[in-house]
Amino acid sequence: MMRDWANLAIETATRRGASYADVRVMDIRHREISTKNGEVGTLLESESLGIGIRVIASGAWGFSSTDRLTRDGIQECAAEAVAIAKASALAKRENVALVPEQAHVDTWQNPFLKDPFRIPVEQQIDLLLAADKEMRRVKGVTVAEGSMSFRKIDQLFASSTGSSIHQIKMQSGAGIVATSFAGSEIQKRSYPNSFGGQHMLAGYELIESLDLVGNAPRMAEECVALHTAAQCPEGQKTIILGSSQLGLQIHESIGHPIELDRVLGMEANFAGMSFLTTEKLRHLKYGSDIVNVVADARLEHGPGLGTFAYDDEGVPAQCTPIITNGLFTGYLSSRETAASIGEKRSGGTMRCESWNRLPMIRMTNISINPGTWKYDDLIADTDDAILMETNRSWSIDDKRYHFQFSTEIGWEIKGGKKGRMIKHPSYSGITTEFWNSCDAICSRDYWTLWGTPNCGKGQPQQVMGTGHGASPARFRNVKVGIAFAK
Amino acid sequence: MPNKNPKSTQAELERIAERILKLSEADGTEVDVSSTTDALTRFANNTIHQNVAERTLGISVRAVVDGRTARAGTNKTDDESLRRVAATAVSLARNEPENPDLLPMLKSEKYQKVARYFASTAGTTPEDRARAVTRVCKMADKQKQTAAGIFASGSSQSVMANSRGLFAHYEQTRSEFSVTILEENSSGWAKSNSPDIHKIDPGALAEKASRTASDSRQPREISAGRYTTILSPSAVLDLVGFLFYDFAGTAVLDKRSCLTGRMGKKVFGENITIWDDAYHPLQSGPPYDGEGLPRQKVLLVDRGVPKNLVYSRATAKKMKTKPTGHGFSLPNEYGEAPMNLVFAGGDKSIDEMVRTTDRGILVTRLWYIREVDPYEKILTGMTRDGTFLVEDGRIAGGIRNFRFNQSAIEMLANVEMLGPAVRAAGEESFEMVVPAMKIRDFHFSEVTKF
Repeated sequence: MMRDWANLAIETATRRGASYADVRVMDIRHREISTKNGEVGTLLESESLGIGIRVIASGAWGFSSTDRLTRDGIQECAAEAVAIAKASALAKRENVALVPEQAHVDTWQNPFLKDPFRIPVEQQIDLLLAADKEMRRVKGVTVAEGSMSFRKIDQLFASSTGSSIHQIKMQSGAGIVATSFAGSEIQKRSYPNSFGGQHMLAGYELIESLDLVGNAPRMAEECVALHTAAQCPEGQKTIILGSSQLGLQIHESIGHPIELDRVLGMEANFAGMSFLTTEKLRHLKYGSDIVNVVADARLEHGPGLGTFAYDDEGVPAQCTPIITNGLFTGYLSSRETAASIGEKRSGGTMRCESWNRLPMIRMTNISINPGTWKYDDLIADTDDAILMETNRSWSIDDKRYHFQFSTEIGWEIKGGKKGRMIKHPSYSGITTEFWNSCDAICSRDYWTLWGTPNCGKGQPQQVMGTGHGASPARFRNVKVGIAFAK
Repeated sequence: MPNKNPKSTQAELERIAERILKLSEADGTEVDVSSTTDALTRFANNTIHQNVAERTLGISVRAVVDGRTARAGTNKTDDESLRRVAATAVSLARNEPENPDLLPMLKSEKYQKVARYFASTAGTTPEDRARAVTRVCKMADKQKQTAAGIFASGSSQSVMANSRGLFAHYEQTRSEFSVTILEENSSGWAKSNSPDIHKIDPGALAEKASRTASDSRQPREISAGRYTTILSPSAVLDLVGFLFYDFAGTAVLDKRSCLTGRMGKKVFGENITIWDDAYHPLQSGPPYDGEGLPRQKVLLVDRGVPKNLVYSRATAKKMKTKPTGHGFSLPNEYGEAPMNLVFAGGDKSIDEMVRTTDRGILVTRLWYIREVDPYEKILTGMTRDGTFLVEDGRIAGGIRNFRFNQSAIEMLANVEMLGPAVRAAGEESFEMVVPAMKIRDFHFSEVTKF
């Protein structure tokens, strides 16, 4: 059925004057469960099926989408896409140019062991409520929360140049949060990460591996203890970032600035632009010599939220070196933006949130390669620092120079030993200065491929999941504590 | 071009709702059916680079079974899919623990009429948007500037019905124009939205952004610190938007609100009065909440004193008060929130605020605002697209952008002047009716590179 709809759309668009057309038919199933203080909060399951048709006509882009999947509905949608392209041509400066991509005919599904939609909802709720109960056992916890979400995307990509690619992606995620109010403070601890926990291209086996119940008491105890912890000092310090915080640091200060559509000004009105102007490619010293970052959408990188076989304009998954021994070596690109800077092929990073959204450049799995340090050796090697774990707030300017992050919890490192707890840890800096101050990265044994499920970009805005592999790393001479400075 | 991909009619939505109510085997059933057509023309580098349209239908069914409730959704309208979505909601509900807070569904309610549908907005074509964008791009070309932005238009309608006889219908159009004008080392921005496209003037907005870009050329770096700061209505909106959930009864019940322990105390300035008012002529959105309860106008802050919260039905019962019509669709863990904030404005123009400032900062737009401390309500973020130094009562030129770390509570206690309240649009919050503000001792903590 999907193929028939896609063929009809492409045939109609071509007949109406499109010089190129591609189509995404997507059938998306979603389940969301949340609990709070011993009760079920959200309990929702939904499905959405539709078609998005992107065309080039009169040398300009048009896109239309519909969930009216009748013959008339699809033909009208394709005709509208062509008419919109012709309207776009009114403000055209030059014809859209795409780098070539051969036709691909393929089928792919990410591996998973347990279909989360076949696990009884009752079992999923019971797990969250068990973790909730463990958190509320700790005196001082005012809110205990848990959540799970699952998404199955069954999609067909087809193009007027002969591609026909069927992919099925299964995503799972879960997390818990303890919150405590006392005096004039609201403290929180999240496991295994903030903002919904850990998310991967995986089945229910991911949820079972997280041991939410086993980790709940520690989260609750740390949350309450934060009230009496020492305040993060102000000044220049060595910091060690936990792997999930480093994952978000990569997301904001490497992942977004390397998006070539931002660099070329296409996102200037909303998401902003990038300091990584094109003359900096293969010239800018982005980080210290030990910093190596890749954009890797291939399954061999791991089952991240940025893993797939083909992107949403039919380009196979690739690994692009982004930072090589500290040197800036690559962008995230599409067929159109690659042509704009004279590259021969797209980096394969075009993705759309759903059938009713246009594919755009999105992060795949943007990961820092593991270093050589054992975690205990890194702590022992550090004389005076703050270890910061689990993001609490994040902000960066619209060219991605200046950032400020705070984390839920910190620990003082003195004389090579982990010491007292620190509350309100925060740090700030300039992107390239920060990455050039990195002098130690932990090894593969401490490397985790984190999922960021809530990355917003575009107008109309699209939310996309991205992957970020990271292990704990050390940075020297970083400004800390300014978020709470008076 | 006539709309080739029309939205569903009200009668079609009603038929779907009625069909599901008949098919459902739940003790109680609530159905929301919504239909949207939306289009957005996006431009950058003085050309249209994306141009999109969508037609979507959403069907959402809430089932109540033995004191339990759950929701299922679909966009498929065939009989088998409607039967399945109703059955899924029932099946989900059956498999959860009983909910002691669950109340019976509402019976029929009466709603105050709001007129937020404009045929001219719904009838806007891709050519209409492209022509307006072309004029803006040509203006930028002529000024040797670069334009980027969006021009969007669309319409939506929804029907809510339940098995106890509640029926609600709402229809609205939307239009929005947003533009950033770039020069080599400066930029300007303007944005406006309205249900009525005739209220949007793309040319005037582009000219405003163009002036901001040219006036802020060659920005100089000044040191961070506390400054008297004049915030545009958009910048005010993006900051105070972080306060809206603090006025939810559930947030106070959970001790997650910055108003915990502060209700009835003077925490803001005497000149701060805030309502939630879905019926205000500059507001938008339906006159009922996620359960179909009519929205009430609520005085949230009276001359600096937080007076009232908003409540869903379940939260009101827990807190022994009356619901205000601000509940979210059930089931959810958040309860409610005011969604139609209206500030009492003043009579000072931004020019007058500048004239009366010896040394200060004028801010066009804020960006990437995040909460650093939820109780003291410290927010961090950046200035963007036109930040100016004010000296001796006049604008002295553009400056490099600042990072701020500022308590929203302290900010609303330090407001020295208010402009007229206008419908403002930003990026971090939904639209609201807010004034420009002149604020004492606003805390800029660091400077960026541009």
